[in-house]
Amino acid sequence: MEKRDVAVLGVGMTKFGYHPDKSLTELFAEAFFEAFEESNIELKDIEALYFGNFVGEMTDGSANLGGFVADEIGLKGIPARRYEAACASSSVAFREAYYAVATGLYDCVVVGGSERLYNAGTAIGTRALATAVDGVYEITAGLTFPGVFALAARFYSKKYEIPLDELREKMAMVSIKNHKYGAVNPKSQFYNKFGDLKVEDVLNSKMICSPLTLFDCCPMTDGASAVILTTADKAEDLIDTPVYVLGAGQASAGALFRQKEDLIRAIPRKISSEMAYREAGLTPKDIDFVEIHDCFTIAEIIASEAMGFFEYGKGADAVAEGVTSIDGDLPINPDGGLIGKGHPVGATGTAQIYTVAKILRNEYKYNPVKDAEVGMTDTLGGDFGTLVNIILGVHRRR
Amino acid sequence: MFKEFFDALLEGKVLGIKCKDCNSYSILKSTCDNCGSKNVDKVELSNKGVITTFTTTYVAPAGYDKECPYVVAFVELEEGCWLVGRLDIDANLADEIGQDLIGKEVEIYGKEFPNEPYYPDKKRRVVPMFKLIS
Repeated sequence: MEKRDVAVLGVGMTKFGYHPDKSLTELFAEAFFEAFEESNIELKDIEALYFGNFVGEMTDGSANLGGFVADEIGLKGIPARRYEAACASSSVAFREAYYAVATGLYDCVVVGGSERLYNAGTAIGTRALATAVDGVYEITAGLTFPGVFALAARFYSKKYEIPLDELREKMAMVSIKNHKYGAVNPKSQFYNKFGDLKVEDVLNSKMICSPLTLFDCCPMTDGASAVILTTADKAEDLIDTPVYVLGAGQASAGALFRQKEDLIRAIPRKISSEMAYREAGLTPKDIDFVEIHDCFTIAEIIASEAMGFFEYGKGADAVAEGVTSIDGDLPINPDGGLIGKGHPVGATGTAQIYTVAKILRNEYKYNPVKDAEVGMTDTLGGDFGTLVNIILGVHRRR
Repeated sequence: MFKEFFDALLEGKVLGIKCKDCNSYSILKSTCDNCGSKNVDKVELSNKGVITTFTTTYVAPAGYDKECPYVVAFVELEEGCWLVGRLDIDANLADEIGQDLIGKEVEIYGKEFPNEPYYPDKKRRVVPMFKLIS
């Protein structure tokens, strides 16, 4: 089927952090209107809403959010739907929104998400997050998300014969890097905080799931993000700097224990990223920077390998050698990532799109990636249950 | 089906499936973990395996906090499939031994724990336990 080129018209996101005074729908409205303001369209031009949210039932006692969100932003009556795929909720929503425009179902749509996990508190927040592991076998053992990546870290150390102490130091460098970038991003949860962490600070912070400490983990966050998509043709008439959607990929997997040794190879991510590269007609070498799902330090390392940037077992060295810093060959998470910026689960995917679009438009002042023409996102839902990758660029697909 | 697995586990049996197409084993499920085939036989698996990875959990979800700290582990059974459960060991000791626990042999049994509101079996919650063999 012939697909139309699709472009990002506007992007918006709230400050990430603690929002005790705003509901899920009100938070989303704040992000939406920021995106709307820069889109040069009228409200009536938006034909459908794709809304990501993970655990509104548990954090806010609220489900069936599509209609409430559409009504909150003045789009009463349009088709509106909530997407749930754990941390990849708004990325799954984005992919479907993108294809809806590409295939001609709609000309203009809004996609985004909101979540309030900080406000829910640690015990409910941790239980809510744990609904994304296998709901029978893994949950009864008390497996949590830090637990998932703690299992992966120990297995990575064993499999690739990197002594655990050495691996932990390299993992700490992910935290140091992402906190450094998050600390200068005014929208991040840790703005002006933890910008100068040392390896010892990470290693000696509170143990959450051995060997992962608090600084190996992203925080619980409240926040929202929104993106308005339209056809490339329309976008070129409406705004000066359209950012084009070049490719998208998505893949899935079952319970982590059933993935066996692949718990450090993230096979669905390999499938998903290859799908996105293929659609974009690009290879990992063409990617100038990437927003990776660093829910934990080791998660960023594993992801960078599965996406084809580094060989399996070499991602930790790449971090230690500075390859993934802003002045390195492949900047990862210039906005601070989930660790430095925060992780409002259902809003995370489109918040990654927000950053990629801002950087590609040369509007990102805090950690600009020089001469970037192609950026990519990577969003992980659950323990590799859902993987989504999106590639964006400043030129149309060739 | 999961209920059958945990009932059997309380009797020391680990239930799984053997795929008639690719010959691989999986913990009880509708289809083969390896190839997705539905052409499977229900079998009793070995109740022994080796630890492939583990973590001591210090921050637990609501409903599990009273059990904290506890050690979650993945174990590879003799038939090659993996199972998730808890290591029957003092949590501090597990972290003291560290990586050397990986590769150690364990015996698998089931143990009932207090239920929590969201667990799929409302009557009881059983956890696969892994006991170190000497």
